[in-house]
Amino acid sequence: MTQRTTRRHVGWALIDLLVVAYALVPVLWIVSLSLKSNETMTDGRFFPRDPTLRHYVDILNDGAFLRPLLNSIGIALISTVIAVVIGGLAAYAIARLEFPGRKTLVGAALLIAIFPQIALVTPLFRIEIALGLFDTWPGLILPYVTFALPLAIYALAAFFRELPRELEKAALMDGATPFQAFRYVIVPLAMPGVVTTSILVFIFCWNDFLFAISLTSTTASRTVPAALAFFTGSSQFEDPTGSIAAAAVVITIPIVLFVLFFQRRIVAGLTSGAVKG
Amino acid sequence: MSAARGTGAERRLALLLCAPAAAFMLVVAAFPIVYALWLSLHRADMRAPDQTAFIGFGNYLTVLSSPIWWDAFGVTLFVTVVSTLLELILGMALALVMHRTIVARGLVRTVALIPYGLVTVVAAFSLRYAWTQHTGWLAGASAPLTQTWSSIAIIVLAEVWKTTPFMALLLLAGLVLVPQDVLNAASMDGATSWQRFRRITLPLMKPAILVAVLFRAIDAFRIFDNIYVLTNGAHGTASVSIVAYNNLIRGLNLGIGSTLSVLIVIAIALIAFLLSRLLRSDAPDAPRAWRQR
Repeated sequence: MTQRTTRRHVGWALIDLLVVAYALVPVLWIVSLSLKSNETMTDGRFFPRDPTLRHYVDILNDGAFLRPLLNSIGIALISTVIAVVIGGLAAYAIARLEFPGRKTLVGAALLIAIFPQIALVTPLFRIEIALGLFDTWPGLILPYVTFALPLAIYALAAFFRELPRELEKAALMDGATPFQAFRYVIVPLAMPGVVTTSILVFIFCWNDFLFAISLTSTTASRTVPAALAFFTGSSQFEDPTGSIAAAAVVITIPIVLFVLFFQRRIVAGLTSGAVKG
Repeated sequence: MSAARGTGAERRLALLLCAPAAAFMLVVAAFPIVYALWLSLHRADMRAPDQTAFIGFGNYLTVLSSPIWWDAFGVTLFVTVVSTLLELILGMALALVMHRTIVARGLVRTVALIPYGLVTVVAAFSLRYAWTQHTGWLAGASAPLTQTWSSIAIIVLAEVWKTTPFMALLLLAGLVLVPQDVLNAASMDGATSWQRFRRITLPLMKPAILVAVLFRAIDAFRIFDNIYVLTNGAHGTASVSIVAYNNLIRGLNLGIGSTLSVLIVIAIALIAFLLSRLLRSDAPDAPRAWRQR
Protein backbone atom coordinates (compact mmCIF):
# COMPACT_ATOMS: atom_id res chain seq x y z
CA MET A 1 0.00 0.00 0.00
CA THR A 2 2.61 2.55 1.05
CA GLN A 3 4.78 1.39 -1.81
CA ARG A 4 1.92 2.07 -4.21
CA THR A 5 1.44 5.57 -2.78
CA THR A 6 5.14 6.28 -3.13
CA ARG A 7 5.04 5.12 -6.75
CA ARG A 8 2.08 7.41 -7.43
CA HIS A 9 3.95 10.30 -5.86
CA VAL A 10 7.03 9.63 -7.97
CA GLY A 11 4.87 9.35 -11.09
CA TRP A 12 3.20 12.70 -10.45
CA ALA A 13 6.53 14.28 -9.55
CA LEU A 14 7.88 13.21 -12.97
CA ILE A 15 4.83 14.63 -14.77
CA ASP A 16 5.14 17.88 -12.79
CA LEU A 17 8.79 18.05 -13.77
CA LEU A 18 7.77 17.78 -17.42
CA VAL A 19 5.39 20.74 -16.99
CA VAL A 20 8.07 22.80 -15.25
CA ALA A 21 10.58 22.02 -18.02
CA TYR A 22 7.99 22.94 -20.67
CA ALA A 23 7.37 26.32 -19.07
CA LEU A 24 10.94 27.18 -18.17
CA VAL A 25 13.26 25.92 -20.94
CA PRO A 26 12.67 28.87 -23.32
CA VAL A 27 13.06 31.30 -20.40
CA LEU A 28 16.29 29.66 -19.22
CA TRP A 29 17.63 29.75 -22.78
CA ILE A 30 17.15 33.50 -23.15
CA VAL A 31 18.72 34.02 -19.69
CA SER A 32 21.65 31.84 -20.72
CA LEU A 33 22.10 33.82 -23.97
CA SER A 34 22.12 37.07 -22.03
CA LEU A 35 24.99 35.75 -19.89
CA LYS A 36 27.19 34.54 -22.76
CA SER A 37 30.12 36.64 -23.86
CA ASN A 38 30.28 37.70 -27.50
CA GLU A 39 33.12 35.19 -28.03
CA THR A 40 31.00 32.20 -26.95
CA MET A 41 27.68 33.49 -28.33
CA THR A 42 27.85 31.17 -31.32
CA ASP A 43 29.04 28.00 -29.56
CA GLY A 44 25.53 26.57 -29.66
CA ARG A 45 25.60 25.35 -26.04
CA PHE A 46 22.56 25.63 -23.80
CA PHE A 47 24.52 26.89 -20.78
CA PRO A 48 27.09 29.72 -20.92
CA ARG A 49 30.69 28.57 -20.46
CA ASP A 50 31.92 31.88 -19.03
CA PRO A 51 28.89 33.74 -17.57
CA THR A 52 29.27 37.52 -17.73
CA LEU A 53 26.99 40.45 -16.86
CA ARG A 54 28.54 42.58 -19.59
CA HIS A 55 25.38 42.77 -21.72
CA TYR A 56 23.37 44.00 -18.73
CA VAL A 57 25.95 46.69 -17.99
CA ASP A 58 25.90 47.66 -21.66
CA ILE A 59 22.13 48.04 -22.04
CA LEU A 60 21.74 49.81 -18.69
CA ASN A 61 24.21 52.43 -19.91
CA ASP A 62 22.46 52.79 -23.25
CA GLY A 63 19.69 55.30 -23.95
CA ALA A 64 18.46 53.00 -26.72
CA PHE A 65 17.26 50.67 -23.95
CA LEU A 66 16.72 52.91 -20.92
CA ARG A 67 14.38 55.33 -22.66
CA PRO A 68 12.12 52.53 -24.02
CA LEU A 69 12.15 50.93 -20.55
CA LEU A 70 10.93 54.22 -19.07
CA ASN A 71 8.29 54.42 -21.84
CA SER A 72 7.15 50.85 -21.19
CA ILE A 73 6.76 51.41 -17.45
CA GLY A 74 5.09 54.82 -17.77
CA ILE A 75 2.72 53.93 -20.59
CA ALA A 76 1.68 50.59 -19.07
CA LEU A 77 1.10 52.11 -15.60
CA ILE A 78 -0.92 55.08 -16.85
CA SER A 79 -2.97 52.89 -19.20
CA THR A 80 -3.65 50.43 -16.37
CA VAL A 81 -4.87 53.12 -13.98
CA ILE A 82 -7.16 54.70 -16.59
CA ALA A 83 -8.53 51.37 -17.84
CA VAL A 84 -9.22 50.02 -14.34
CA VAL A 85 -10.91 53.23 -13.14
CA ILE A 86 -13.05 53.69 -16.25
CA GLY A 87 -13.69 49.97 -16.59
CA GLY A 88 -14.58 49.74 -12.89
CA LEU A 89 -17.22 52.46 -13.19
CA ALA A 90 -18.81 50.75 -16.19
CA ALA A 91 -18.49 47.30 -14.59
CA TYR A 92 -20.36 48.47 -11.49
CA ALA A 93 -23.21 49.81 -13.62
CA ILE A 94 -23.32 46.55 -15.58
CA ALA A 95 -23.19 44.36 -12.48
CA ARG A 96 -25.66 46.27 -10.30
CA LEU A 97 -27.83 48.78 -12.16
CA GLU A 98 -30.67 48.48 -14.64
CA PHE A 99 -30.45 50.90 -17.54
CA PRO A 100 -31.13 51.07 -21.27
CA GLY A 101 -28.03 50.24 -23.31
CA ARG A 102 -26.64 47.80 -20.77
CA LYS A 103 -26.67 44.92 -23.23
CA THR A 104 -25.25 47.15 -25.98
CA LEU A 105 -22.28 48.06 -23.81
CA VAL A 106 -21.60 44.41 -22.90
CA GLY A 107 -21.85 43.51 -26.60
CA ALA A 108 -19.55 46.36 -27.64
CA ALA A 109 -16.95 45.22 -25.10
CA LEU A 110 -17.12 41.67 -26.45
CA LEU A 111 -16.72 42.98 -30.03
CA ILE A 112 -13.61 44.95 -29.06
CA ALA A 113 -12.21 41.89 -27.27
CA ILE A 114 -12.33 39.82 -30.47
CA PHE A 115 -11.50 42.70 -32.82
CA PRO A 116 -8.26 42.34 -34.82
CA GLN A 117 -5.95 45.13 -33.62
CA ILE A 118 -4.33 45.42 -37.03
CA ALA A 119 -7.62 46.78 -38.40
CA LEU A 120 -7.34 49.76 -36.07
CA VAL A 121 -3.68 50.38 -36.86
CA THR A 122 -4.38 51.77 -40.33
CA PRO A 123 -6.93 54.46 -39.37
CA LEU A 124 -5.23 55.25 -36.02
CA PHE A 125 -1.90 55.78 -37.82
CA ARG A 126 -3.52 58.37 -40.08
CA ILE A 127 -5.59 60.01 -37.32
CA GLU A 128 -2.67 60.24 -34.88
CA ILE A 129 -0.41 61.84 -37.49
CA ALA A 130 -3.13 64.40 -38.24
CA LEU A 131 -3.65 65.18 -34.53
CA GLY A 132 0.04 65.21 -33.59
CA LEU A 133 -0.40 62.17 -31.33
CA PHE A 134 1.86 59.93 -33.43
CA ASP A 135 5.00 58.86 -31.53
CA THR A 136 3.76 60.24 -28.18
CA TRP A 137 2.74 58.52 -24.91
CA PRO A 138 -0.97 59.42 -25.31
CA GLY A 139 -0.80 57.94 -28.81
CA LEU A 140 -0.20 54.51 -27.27
CA ILE A 141 -2.21 55.00 -24.06
CA LEU A 142 -5.44 55.63 -26.02
CA PRO A 143 -5.50 52.29 -27.89
CA TYR A 144 -4.16 50.38 -24.84
CA VAL A 145 -6.98 51.66 -22.62
CA THR A 146 -9.56 50.89 -25.30
CA PHE A 147 -8.39 47.33 -25.88
CA ALA A 148 -7.91 46.69 -22.15
CA LEU A 149 -11.43 47.90 -21.31
CA PRO A 150 -13.23 44.62 -22.16
CA LEU A 151 -10.82 42.70 -19.90
CA ALA A 152 -11.26 45.25 -17.08
CA ILE A 153 -15.04 45.40 -17.42
CA TYR A 154 -15.56 41.62 -17.50
CA ALA A 155 -13.18 40.84 -14.64
CA LEU A 156 -14.43 43.66 -12.38
CA ALA A 157 -18.12 42.98 -13.10
CA ALA A 158 -17.52 39.37 -12.01
CA PHE A 159 -15.91 40.60 -8.76
CA PHE A 160 -18.71 43.12 -8.06
CA ARG A 161 -21.36 40.42 -8.56
CA GLU A 162 -19.76 38.35 -5.79
CA LEU A 163 -20.42 41.10 -3.21
CA PRO A 164 -23.83 40.86 -1.47
CA ARG A 165 -26.39 43.47 -2.54
CA GLU A 166 -27.36 44.07 1.09
CA LEU A 167 -24.18 46.14 1.48
CA GLU A 168 -25.45 48.91 -0.76
CA LYS A 169 -28.98 48.65 0.61
CA ALA A 170 -27.65 49.26 4.11
CA ALA A 171 -25.59 52.23 2.91
CA LEU A 172 -28.61 53.72 1.10
CA MET A 173 -30.72 53.25 4.27
CA ASP A 174 -28.12 55.23 6.16
CA GLY A 175 -28.60 58.07 3.70
CA ALA A 176 -25.72 57.53 1.28
CA THR A 177 -26.26 58.39 -2.38
CA PRO A 178 -25.90 55.45 -4.82
CA PHE A 179 -22.52 56.79 -5.90
CA GLN A 180 -21.34 57.10 -2.29
CA ALA A 181 -22.46 53.52 -1.68
CA PHE A 182 -20.29 52.49 -4.63
CA ARG A 183 -17.30 54.65 -3.74
CA TYR A 184 -17.13 54.07 0.04
CA VAL A 185 -18.65 50.59 0.48
CA ILE A 186 -18.16 48.55 -2.68
CA VAL A 187 -14.80 49.82 -3.96
CA PRO A 188 -12.88 49.09 -0.72
CA LEU A 189 -14.39 45.60 -0.54
CA ALA A 190 -13.61 44.92 -4.19
CA MET A 191 -9.94 45.88 -3.73
CA PRO A 192 -8.63 42.30 -4.25
CA GLY A 193 -10.50 42.21 -7.55
CA VAL A 194 -9.11 45.61 -8.50
CA VAL A 195 -5.55 44.41 -7.81
CA THR A 196 -6.08 41.26 -9.89
CA THR A 197 -7.59 43.21 -12.77
CA SER A 198 -4.78 45.76 -12.64
CA ILE A 199 -2.20 42.98 -12.99
CA LEU A 200 -4.00 41.44 -15.97
CA VAL A 201 -4.35 44.82 -17.67
CA PHE A 202 -0.72 45.71 -16.95
CA ILE A 203 0.46 42.39 -18.48
CA PHE A 204 -1.72 43.13 -21.53
CA CYS A 205 -0.21 46.61 -22.05
CA TRP A 206 3.33 45.44 -21.23
CA ASN A 207 3.02 42.73 -23.89
CA ASP A 208 1.78 44.86 -26.79
CA PHE A 209 3.95 44.92 -29.88
CA LEU A 210 1.74 45.79 -32.87
CA PHE A 211 0.63 49.28 -31.73
CA ALA A 212 4.10 49.94 -30.32
CA ILE A 213 5.85 49.45 -33.67
CA SER A 214 3.08 51.06 -35.75
CA LEU A 215 2.32 54.22 -33.80
CA THR A 216 5.88 55.19 -32.82
CA SER A 217 8.95 56.12 -34.84
CA THR A 218 11.59 57.12 -32.27
CA THR A 219 12.59 56.27 -28.71
CA ALA A 220 10.41 59.21 -27.57
CA SER A 221 7.58 56.74 -27.04
CA ARG A 222 8.80 53.35 -28.33
CA THR A 223 8.31 50.62 -25.70
CA VAL A 224 10.79 47.79 -25.02
CA PRO A 225 9.11 45.05 -27.13
CA ALA A 226 9.19 47.41 -30.13
CA ALA A 227 12.71 48.62 -29.35
CA LEU A 228 13.92 44.98 -29.27
CA ALA A 229 12.89 44.58 -32.89
CA PHE A 230 15.02 47.57 -33.86
CA PHE A 231 18.00 46.86 -31.60
CA THR A 232 21.31 46.95 -33.43
CA GLY A 233 23.72 46.45 -30.55
CA SER A 234 25.80 48.96 -28.62
CA SER A 235 27.98 49.58 -31.64
CA GLN A 236 27.20 49.14 -35.29
CA PHE A 237 29.71 46.35 -35.69
CA GLU A 238 28.52 44.31 -32.78
CA ASP A 239 26.12 41.42 -32.88
CA PRO A 240 23.03 42.50 -30.93
CA THR A 241 22.07 38.99 -29.73
CA GLY A 242 23.45 39.45 -26.21
CA SER A 243 21.90 42.90 -25.79
CA ILE A 244 18.51 41.71 -27.05
CA ALA A 245 18.61 38.72 -24.70
CA ALA A 246 19.55 40.89 -21.71
CA ALA A 247 16.79 43.42 -22.50
CA ALA A 248 14.33 40.54 -22.90
CA VAL A 249 15.27 39.21 -19.47
CA VAL A 250 14.87 42.65 -17.88
CA ILE A 251 11.28 43.05 -19.13
CA THR A 252 10.48 39.49 -18.03
CA ILE A 253 11.34 40.22 -14.38
CA PRO A 254 8.10 42.06 -13.48
CA ILE A 255 6.05 39.28 -15.09
CA VAL A 256 7.83 36.61 -13.06
CA LEU A 257 7.32 38.64 -9.86
CA PHE A 258 3.59 39.05 -10.57
CA VAL A 259 3.23 35.33 -11.25
CA LEU A 260 5.12 34.36 -8.10
CA PHE A 261 3.23 36.68 -5.75
CA PHE A 262 -0.25 36.73 -7.30
CA GLN A 263 -0.62 33.26 -8.84
CA ARG A 264 -3.99 32.50 -7.24
CA ARG A 265 -5.44 35.89 -8.06
CA ILE A 266 -4.30 35.83 -11.67
CA VAL A 267 -5.93 32.43 -12.18
CA ALA A 268 -9.15 33.67 -10.53
CA GLY A 269 -9.17 36.79 -12.71
CA LEU A 270 -8.48 34.96 -15.96
CA THR A 271 -11.23 32.41 -15.43
CA SER A 272 -13.79 34.72 -13.76
CA GLY A 273 -15.82 35.23 -16.93
CA ALA A 274 -15.34 31.73 -18.31
CA VAL A 275 -17.45 29.66 -15.94
CA LYS A 276 -20.52 31.84 -16.02
CA GLY A 277 -20.13 31.97 -19.80
CA MET B 1 -43.90 56.80 -7.19
CA SER B 2 -40.71 56.60 -5.20
CA ALA B 3 -39.77 53.42 -7.05
CA ALA B 4 -40.09 55.22 -10.37
CA ARG B 5 -37.89 58.05 -9.12
CA GLY B 6 -35.35 55.54 -7.88
CA THR B 7 -35.16 53.97 -11.31
CA GLY B 8 -34.63 57.40 -12.86
CA ALA B 9 -31.74 58.16 -10.51
CA GLU B 10 -30.36 54.67 -11.06
CA ARG B 11 -30.51 55.19 -14.79
CA ARG B 12 -28.77 58.56 -14.61
CA LEU B 13 -26.01 57.14 -12.40
CA ALA B 14 -25.56 54.15 -14.71
CA LEU B 15 -25.23 56.33 -17.80
CA LEU B 16 -22.75 58.58 -16.00
CA LEU B 17 -20.69 55.58 -14.90
CA CYS B 18 -20.64 54.10 -18.40
CA ALA B 19 -20.01 57.35 -20.28
CA PRO B 20 -16.17 57.33 -20.09
CA ALA B 21 -15.89 53.70 -21.23
CA ALA B 22 -18.39 54.28 -24.02
CA ALA B 23 -16.51 57.42 -25.09
CA PHE B 24 -13.23 55.50 -25.39
CA MET B 25 -14.88 52.73 -27.39
CA LEU B 26 -16.59 55.19 -29.74
CA VAL B 27 -13.63 57.51 -30.32
CA VAL B 28 -10.73 55.03 -30.39
CA ALA B 29 -12.49 51.98 -31.88
CA ALA B 30 -15.82 52.72 -33.61
CA PHE B 31 -14.82 55.94 -35.38
CA PRO B 32 -11.52 54.58 -36.76
CA ILE B 33 -13.37 51.51 -38.10
CA VAL B 34 -15.77 53.69 -40.05
CA TYR B 35 -12.79 55.72 -41.23
CA ALA B 36 -11.02 52.51 -42.35
CA LEU B 37 -14.13 51.49 -44.28
CA TRP B 38 -14.14 54.90 -46.00
CA LEU B 39 -10.39 54.72 -46.73
CA SER B 40 -10.75 51.24 -48.21
CA LEU B 41 -12.97 52.67 -50.95
CA HIS B 42 -10.35 55.23 -51.94
CA ARG B 43 -7.03 55.30 -53.65
CA ALA B 44 -5.02 56.67 -50.71
CA ASP B 45 -1.27 56.40 -50.98
CA MET B 46 0.72 58.61 -48.61
CA ARG B 47 3.56 58.76 -51.10
CA ALA B 48 1.20 60.30 -53.67
CA PRO B 49 -1.38 62.21 -51.63
CA ASP B 50 -2.57 64.35 -54.55
CA GLN B 51 -3.86 61.27 -56.38
CA THR B 52 -6.37 60.37 -53.67
CA ALA B 53 -9.72 59.50 -55.25
CA PHE B 54 -12.85 57.43 -54.73
CA ILE B 55 -12.45 54.13 -56.57
CA GLY B 56 -15.33 52.04 -55.19
CA PHE B 57 -14.34 48.44 -54.71
CA GLY B 58 -11.14 48.82 -56.73
CA ASN B 59 -8.91 48.09 -53.72
CA TYR B 60 -10.93 44.99 -52.90
CA LEU B 61 -10.50 43.73 -56.48
CA THR B 62 -6.76 44.37 -56.26
CA VAL B 63 -6.40 42.52 -52.96
CA LEU B 64 -8.74 39.61 -53.69
CA SER B 65 -7.14 38.92 -57.07
CA SER B 66 -3.65 38.94 -55.56
CA PRO B 67 -1.89 35.71 -54.58
CA ILE B 68 -0.20 37.62 -51.70
CA TRP B 69 -3.56 37.89 -49.89
CA TRP B 70 -4.57 34.28 -50.56
CA ASP B 71 -1.15 32.86 -49.58
CA ALA B 72 -1.25 34.85 -46.33
CA PHE B 73 -4.84 33.76 -45.77
CA GLY B 74 -3.83 30.13 -46.21
CA VAL B 75 -0.89 30.44 -43.80
CA THR B 76 -3.04 32.22 -41.21
CA LEU B 77 -5.84 29.65 -41.44
CA PHE B 78 -3.36 26.76 -41.24
CA VAL B 79 -1.63 28.21 -38.18
CA THR B 80 -5.01 28.94 -36.57
CA VAL B 81 -6.43 25.43 -37.06
CA VAL B 82 -3.29 23.47 -36.19
CA SER B 83 -2.30 25.53 -33.15
CA THR B 84 -5.84 25.62 -31.74
CA LEU B 85 -6.13 21.83 -32.04
CA LEU B 86 -2.71 21.24 -30.46
CA GLU B 87 -3.50 23.71 -27.68
CA LEU B 88 -6.77 21.94 -26.98
CA ILE B 89 -5.06 18.56 -26.57
CA LEU B 90 -2.06 19.87 -24.61
CA GLY B 91 -4.23 22.30 -22.64
CA MET B 92 -6.53 19.46 -21.58
CA ALA B 93 -3.54 17.40 -20.47
CA LEU B 94 -2.14 20.37 -18.54
CA ALA B 95 -5.54 21.09 -16.96
CA LEU B 96 -5.78 17.47 -15.81
CA VAL B 97 -2.27 17.66 -14.33
CA MET B 98 -3.07 20.93 -12.52
CA HIS B 99 -6.34 19.44 -11.25
CA ARG B 100 -5.16 15.97 -10.24
CA THR B 101 -1.52 16.16 -9.27
CA ILE B 102 -0.83 15.23 -5.65
CA VAL B 103 2.68 16.66 -5.62
CA ALA B 104 3.50 20.39 -5.68
CA ARG B 105 0.17 21.54 -7.15
CA GLY B 106 0.84 25.20 -6.32
CA LEU B 107 4.25 25.07 -8.01
CA VAL B 108 2.81 23.56 -11.20
CA ARG B 109 0.05 26.18 -11.37
CA THR B 110 2.52 29.02 -10.75
CA VAL B 111 5.07 27.85 -13.30
CA ALA B 112 2.41 27.21 -15.94
CA LEU B 113 1.46 30.91 -15.77
CA ILE B 114 4.91 32.02 -16.91
CA PRO B 115 4.37 31.37 -20.64
CA TYR B 116 1.04 33.21 -20.39
CA GLY B 117 2.62 36.27 -18.77
CA LEU B 118 5.82 36.37 -20.81
CA VAL B 119 5.98 39.10 -23.46
CA THR B 120 5.26 37.40 -26.81
CA VAL B 121 8.23 39.12 -28.43
CA VAL B 122 10.57 37.77 -25.74
CA ALA B 123 9.32 34.20 -26.22
CA ALA B 124 9.63 34.60 -29.99
CA PHE B 125 13.25 35.83 -29.68
CA SER B 126 14.05 32.84 -27.46
CA LEU B 127 12.76 30.43 -30.12
CA ARG B 128 14.36 32.41 -32.95
CA TYR B 129 17.80 32.23 -31.35
CA ALA B 130 17.28 28.55 -30.43
CA TRP B 131 17.04 27.85 -34.16
CA THR B 132 19.55 30.41 -35.42
CA GLN B 133 22.44 28.75 -37.25
CA HIS B 134 25.44 28.15 -34.91
CA THR B 135 23.99 30.31 -32.09
CA GLY B 136 21.06 28.07 -31.29
CA TRP B 137 21.24 25.05 -29.02
CA LEU B 138 18.71 23.33 -31.29
CA ALA B 139 20.11 24.48 -34.60
CA GLY B 140 23.71 23.29 -35.05
CA ALA B 141 24.62 24.02 -38.65
CA SER B 142 21.01 23.98 -39.90
CA ALA B 143 18.84 27.08 -40.38
CA PRO B 144 15.19 25.96 -40.19
CA LEU B 145 13.86 29.53 -40.12
CA THR B 146 14.94 30.02 -43.72
CA GLN B 147 12.58 27.38 -45.08
CA THR B 148 8.81 27.63 -45.37
CA TRP B 149 7.53 24.51 -43.63
CA SER B 150 10.08 24.33 -40.84
CA SER B 151 9.42 28.05 -40.20
CA ILE B 152 5.68 27.47 -40.02
CA ALA B 153 6.23 24.56 -37.64
CA ILE B 154 8.28 26.83 -35.35
CA ILE B 155 5.63 29.58 -35.59
CA VAL B 156 2.96 27.05 -34.55
CA LEU B 157 5.21 25.86 -31.71
CA ALA B 158 5.65 29.46 -30.51
CA GLU B 159 1.87 29.99 -30.48
CA VAL B 160 1.19 26.68 -28.77
CA TRP B 161 3.87 27.17 -26.12
CA LYS B 162 2.64 30.60 -25.18
CA THR B 163 -1.12 30.02 -25.09
CA THR B 164 -1.52 26.42 -23.91
CA PRO B 165 -1.45 27.51 -20.22
CA PHE B 166 -4.27 30.00 -20.88
CA MET B 167 -6.29 27.28 -22.61
CA ALA B 168 -5.55 24.96 -19.69
CA LEU B 169 -6.86 27.53 -17.19
CA LEU B 170 -10.12 27.95 -19.13
CA LEU B 171 -10.49 24.17 -19.28
CA LEU B 172 -9.59 23.81 -15.61
CA ALA B 173 -12.47 26.17 -14.75
CA GLY B 174 -14.80 23.69 -16.49
CA LEU B 175 -13.01 20.66 -15.06
CA VAL B 176 -13.57 21.62 -11.42
CA LEU B 177 -17.34 21.73 -12.08
CA VAL B 178 -17.45 18.00 -12.93
CA PRO B 179 -19.01 16.45 -9.78
CA GLN B 180 -16.59 14.19 -7.96
CA ASP B 181 -19.35 11.88 -6.61
CA VAL B 182 -20.44 11.00 -10.15
CA LEU B 183 -16.86 10.08 -11.02
CA ASN B 184 -16.61 8.02 -7.83
CA ALA B 185 -19.89 6.22 -8.60
CA ALA B 186 -18.67 5.37 -12.10
CA SER B 187 -15.42 4.14 -10.60
CA MET B 188 -17.42 1.87 -8.25
CA ASP B 189 -19.32 0.53 -11.26
CA GLY B 190 -15.98 -0.52 -12.73
CA ALA B 191 -15.37 2.28 -15.27
CA THR B 192 -11.70 2.71 -16.15
CA SER B 193 -10.16 6.15 -15.81
CA TRP B 194 -10.21 6.56 -19.63
CA GLN B 195 -13.92 5.62 -19.70
CA ARG B 196 -14.66 8.10 -16.92
CA PHE B 197 -12.82 10.85 -18.83
CA ARG B 198 -14.38 10.00 -22.18
CA ARG B 199 -17.98 9.41 -20.99
CA ILE B 200 -18.38 11.79 -18.05
CA THR B 201 -15.73 14.50 -17.88
CA LEU B 202 -15.57 15.30 -21.61
CA PRO B 203 -19.35 15.61 -22.24
CA LEU B 204 -19.81 17.75 -19.14
CA MET B 205 -16.95 20.00 -20.18
CA LYS B 206 -18.17 20.55 -23.71
CA PRO B 207 -19.42 24.13 -23.14
CA ALA B 208 -16.10 25.13 -21.53
CA ILE B 209 -14.17 23.49 -24.37
CA LEU B 210 -16.15 25.29 -27.06
CA VAL B 211 -15.76 28.69 -25.40
CA ALA B 212 -12.00 28.12 -25.07
CA VAL B 213 -11.71 27.03 -28.71
CA LEU B 214 -13.75 30.00 -29.93
CA PHE B 215 -11.58 32.53 -28.10
CA ARG B 216 -8.29 30.90 -29.04
CA ALA B 217 -9.20 30.50 -32.71
CA ILE B 218 -10.13 34.19 -32.98
CA ASP B 219 -6.94 35.13 -31.18
CA ALA B 220 -4.76 32.85 -33.31
CA PHE B 221 -6.16 34.31 -36.54
CA ARG B 222 -4.78 37.71 -35.47
CA ILE B 223 -1.21 36.30 -35.19
CA PHE B 224 1.42 38.99 -35.72
CA ASP B 225 4.14 39.29 -33.03
CA ASN B 226 5.49 35.74 -33.33
CA ILE B 227 5.77 35.83 -37.12
CA TYR B 228 7.28 39.33 -37.13
CA VAL B 229 10.12 38.26 -34.83
CA LEU B 230 10.64 34.70 -36.12
CA THR B 231 10.64 35.26 -39.89
CA ASN B 232 9.29 38.76 -40.54
CA GLY B 233 6.95 37.05 -42.99
CA ALA B 234 9.78 35.87 -45.26
CA HIS B 235 9.76 32.54 -47.15
CA GLY B 236 5.98 32.48 -47.53
CA THR B 237 5.21 32.71 -43.81
CA ALA B 238 3.36 36.05 -43.75
CA SER B 239 0.01 36.12 -41.99
CA VAL B 240 -2.79 38.45 -43.07
CA SER B 241 -1.89 40.86 -40.26
CA ILE B 242 1.75 40.94 -41.43
CA VAL B 243 0.66 41.71 -45.00
CA ALA B 244 -1.62 44.50 -43.77
CA TYR B 245 1.19 45.94 -41.64
CA ASN B 246 3.66 45.83 -44.54
CA ASN B 247 1.24 47.66 -46.84
CA LEU B 248 0.48 50.29 -44.26
CA ILE B 249 3.65 51.11 -42.35
CA ARG B 250 6.25 50.05 -44.89
CA GLY B 251 4.27 50.81 -48.06
CA LEU B 252 2.29 53.76 -46.64
CA ASN B 253 -0.63 52.63 -48.79
CA LEU B 254 -3.63 53.52 -46.64
CA GLY B 255 -6.22 52.40 -49.22
CA ILE B 256 -4.84 48.86 -49.59
CA GLY B 257 -3.98 48.68 -45.87
CA SER B 258 -7.54 49.60 -44.92
CA THR B 259 -8.97 47.11 -47.41
CA LEU B 260 -6.87 44.35 -45.83
CA SER B 261 -8.06 45.49 -42.39
CA VAL B 262 -11.71 45.28 -43.41
CA LEU B 263 -11.18 41.83 -44.95
CA ILE B 264 -9.52 40.59 -41.74
CA VAL B 265 -12.47 41.88 -39.71
CA ILE B 266 -14.85 40.03 -42.04
CA ALA B 267 -12.81 36.83 -41.75
CA ILE B 268 -12.81 37.03 -37.94
CA ALA B 269 -16.54 37.74 -37.90
CA LEU B 270 -17.08 34.63 -40.07
CA ILE B 271 -14.97 32.47 -37.75
CA ALA B 272 -16.82 33.79 -34.70
CA PHE B 273 -20.18 33.25 -36.38
CA LEU B 274 -19.43 29.69 -37.54
CA LEU B 275 -17.87 28.60 -34.24
CA SER B 276 -20.60 30.19 -32.10
CA ARG B 277 -23.28 28.42 -34.16
CA LEU B 278 -21.45 25.21 -33.48
CA LEU B 279 -21.31 26.26 -29.86
CA ARG B 280 -25.04 26.94 -29.63
CA SER B 281 -26.12 23.79 -31.44
CA ASP B 282 -23.75 21.69 -29.37
CA ALA B 283 -24.22 23.26 -25.97
CA PRO B 284 -27.37 21.28 -25.05
CA ASP B 285 -25.45 18.13 -25.87
CA ALA B 286 -23.91 17.75 -22.47
CA PRO B 287 -27.20 17.50 -20.55
CA ARG B 288 -28.64 15.26 -23.28
CA ALA B 289 -25.70 12.88 -23.12
CA TRP B 290 -26.14 13.01 -19.42
CA ARG B 291 -29.85 12.09 -19.56
CA GLN B 292 -29.17 9.16 -21.87
CA ARG B 293 -27.08 7.43 -19.28
